[in-house]
Amino acid sequence: MAITININGKNETVDAAAGTPLLWVLRDHLKMTGTKFGCGVAQCGACTVHLDGEPTRSCSIPHDALDGAKVTTIEGKEGKAAQAIRDAWVDLNVPQCGYCQSGQIMSAVALLESNPTPTDQDIYDAMSGNLCRCATYMTIRRAIKQASTRL
Amino acid sequence: MFSDLMNEMAIKSNISDEPDTSKNVVPVNLSRRGFISGTSLFVIGVSLVGCSKAEEILIDPVPPTPAGPSPLKEVRGGDATPSLWIEIEADGKVKITCHRAEMGQQSWTSMAQITVEELEAEWDKVEIVQALGNPKYGDQNTDGSRSVRFNFHRLRVAGAAMRQMLCQAAANHWGVELSECYAEQGIVTHTPSKKTLTYGQLAEAAGNLQVPSEDQIKLKSRDEWRLIGKEISSLTVEKIVKGEGIFGQDVQRPGMVYAVISRPPQVLGKVLSYNDSDTLAVQGVLKTVELPAATVPVMFKALGGVAVIATDTWAAIQGRQALSIEWDKGPNAGFDSEAFTKVLSERTNTSGTIHRKRGDVSQAFAAAETKVTAEYQTAFFVHSPIEPPSATAEWIGGELEVWACVQDAQTTRKTISDLLSVDIEKIKVHPTWLGGAFGRKSKCDFAVEAALLSRELGKPVKVVWTREDEIQHGYYHASSVHRFEGGLDADGKCISYLNRAAFPSLTSIFNPSADEATGFEMGLGAVDVAFDVPNLQVESVKAEANVRVGWLRSVANIHTVFANQSFVAEMAVAAGRDQKDFLIELIGAPRIMDPNKDEQTQYPNYGADATEYPLDTARLTNVANRVSEMAKWGRELPKGHGLGIAVHRSFLTYVATVVEVAVDDEGNLSIPGVWVAMDAGTVVNPLHVKAQIEGGTIFGFSNALYGKISMKNGAVEQANFPDWRLLRMEEAPRTFEVEIIESNAPPAGVGEPPTPPAAPALANAIYAATGKRFRNLPIIGADDYVLPLNRTEDA
Repeated sequence: MAITININGKNETVDAAAGTPLLWVLRDHLKMTGTKFGCGVAQCGACTVHLDGEPTRSCSIPHDALDGAKVTTIEGKEGKAAQAIRDAWVDLNVPQCGYCQSGQIMSAVALLESNPTPTDQDIYDAMSGNLCRCATYMTIRRAIKQASTRL
Repeated sequence: MFSDLMNEMAIKSNISDEPDTSKNVVPVNLSRRGFISGTSLFVIGVSLVGCSKAEEILIDPVPPTPAGPSPLKEVRGGDATPSLWIEIEADGKVKITCHRAEMGQQSWTSMAQITVEELEAEWDKVEIVQALGNPKYGDQNTDGSRSVRFNFHRLRVAGAAMRQMLCQAAANHWGVELSECYAEQGIVTHTPSKKTLTYGQLAEAAGNLQVPSEDQIKLKSRDEWRLIGKEISSLTVEKIVKGEGIFGQDVQRPGMVYAVISRPPQVLGKVLSYNDSDTLAVQGVLKTVELPAATVPVMFKALGGVAVIATDTWAAIQGRQALSIEWDKGPNAGFDSEAFTKVLSERTNTSGTIHRKRGDVSQAFAAAETKVTAEYQTAFFVHSPIEPPSATAEWIGGELEVWACVQDAQTTRKTISDLLSVDIEKIKVHPTWLGGAFGRKSKCDFAVEAALLSRELGKPVKVVWTREDEIQHGYYHASSVHRFEGGLDADGKCISYLNRAAFPSLTSIFNPSADEATGFEMGLGAVDVAFDVPNLQVESVKAEANVRVGWLRSVANIHTVFANQSFVAEMAVAAGRDQKDFLIELIGAPRIMDPNKDEQTQYPNYGADATEYPLDTARLTNVANRVSEMAKWGRELPKGHGLGIAVHRSFLTYVATVVEVAVDDEGNLSIPGVWVAMDAGTVVNPLHVKAQIEGGTIFGFSNALYGKISMKNGAVEQANFPDWRLLRMEEAPRTFEVEIIESNAPPAGVGEPPTPPAAPALANAIYAATGKRFRNLPIIGADDYVLPLNRTEDA
């Protein structure tokens, strides 16, 4: 059954099997590969998108539950917090391989949008679900703080 | 940029992403002819597309005296012919070919820094062209921490030769002497007249010139460097923050189908029969394909099993779940990793193959005042790059193209050629960006699967490995047992040192009869211990492989250095000495240490010449002293805190690490601080070296704390992140300080050397904090430990 989802401000009509997670609709049906596949079980955070503004693991949300919902992905995320996070990420050279960073950035932007001056503990709470095998964790922490000062 | 091309590729086909110099054809995008200079392989590509100043470029090309062959085909490190590496376009754009894989270690940035330094082009005009797998580039196997070491010299030569040719073209045009011209930041200037020409204007004319020989060019001196040694920003970061990087999992081809494979749970297992009726009922599933079972040697072959082909990845995953397969479990069905460790432990009680022998350890140990013995065990580990392996293959008219996150596109091409009996010239392998690799993606089994399936189906196929596939069908870092006997004299000085090691060899994937660690693997931390001990012996004993054993970031150094640096700390305790002082004394007086001077030793020194890269104990002691100063070793610590140190040279680089841990009354562990000093010789980019130090150290911590992979009945017990943990952000150290030692020594490895000292420094710190010695890895989750060592939020 065709479902219409608002993705990055654009209504997309998707005809995928019932229960297909948003992740695979984005990646395979809409060819939007900025949102990454890491574990499929909401444990690594690589697939994080914003669903009605909330950071959400797209691998574990059936797309057919999203009729009329607003989804924002790394490709379409804009705004003050997003710009500050991207600037800090570039300035501090946060990524190593970069594969987890779409999800890291989406989690970090959501954090700053709800809490522009996070403490270390706020950062850990918001970012704990995003794994990075290259271990860029300490640079991420610095970058979120830097972005916070420039909001 | 490469990823632009990859994006474009999703729409179009037949885009070549590298200049094809092999046929002397220049990529010319407009009506002007390219340069085809006789038999020379030296070609500068000229592209006039989008150039608004074409008329300014009309420098008369020099009379077409045919240029001779490149004299730079065999400089140190390989072919330095400029056209292999550099393409300058009329608009001044400088395309640098990177033949190594980009997997987060910033090889795009560092390879370009080296080349462009000597080229004297403007950095912001640089674009990277990712090379396909091809022997013309020399070694492309991006592992062993050697991209910079192997290519530092020849890429400088290539850049300098090109710079000189651009100067020569300008000198010819002006009718002046070459010696009166110099190049700086993309402009050639005639010193007396101040006349200038840009590289873009000169590119075409320079393309007709003879490549100079190595003795005709002049490399810049160190004090003239403006890129090498500087903190140049990554060339990948801008794409990454917009989600535009194209990794193996992201490749799209028109008409592509998706494959997810149910592989035999045991290596060398086979499909006896299978029922796919439920699978075929899943919406989106197209068909199933049985893959040929793997045979010995397993090398990089596909593991076999049943592939589910579908219109999207999710349908393929659902279809795989619905498969019913009866397996022949094959020869490894009896393998139990815990029982195996017990067997290895037993075997280390009796002597084995000697890899290094000095003096008489038995006699010295018997006579020692204090005897210290210890045994260390480590589990199997798995790579778990955040991007699971993925490859896309497409056959077009008998020719195969593969896009995959492989560390070695050249070996991928050769392996597919061999296994599928296809002429290698008909295969193109495009390495994508790699979402982490750590050695896993040196093994191209997943690309072989894609090639097989695409041939079978006659369509482009993307093979997607799930996380479960990655964890359960890996090439595992060997489990190990290391036994030590140390003898101390009455002054507490070590007079006898025996290390007996048991771990399955990674060579077993190529040679099924390999049932003991090889000399090469014993040279990764065991044979090359830099201890000044009169009686020293290093041995290995038998250890069969019943799973695919593979190399993982820093290889046998991981378990070997965990064991021997822990043992040094244990000897220090027995001697009643400070751990750091004892360690530095054990390393002894500054000297060049050649393990090969001892009996029965063949130390490979990472394949490097020992005169160029000697094992210099002064550098080892220096990093140990530096890190001690950084960490303020010996300072008074809060209750429950402890410091641990470890030092090691691997991949020709010297690293010392101090870890501070805090353990509370309930046994909750945290890591308030880490300090690392590294001497890697000449460093190309300190910013990214620092990132590798942080990443490599935490990689070591993550394995040491959580990394256990176990096998029962030949099958891996863990499946996904709920069963197998990586270190998370809140567990990372609060403070992490790095010092990169200034050095003019030749460049050595960076990606791997930070990992080996991490685990022993951590274990030594836990001992200092708690008095509890952890001799087995991983530390957390083992049943026989008294201390629970849960993790907490803060120190």
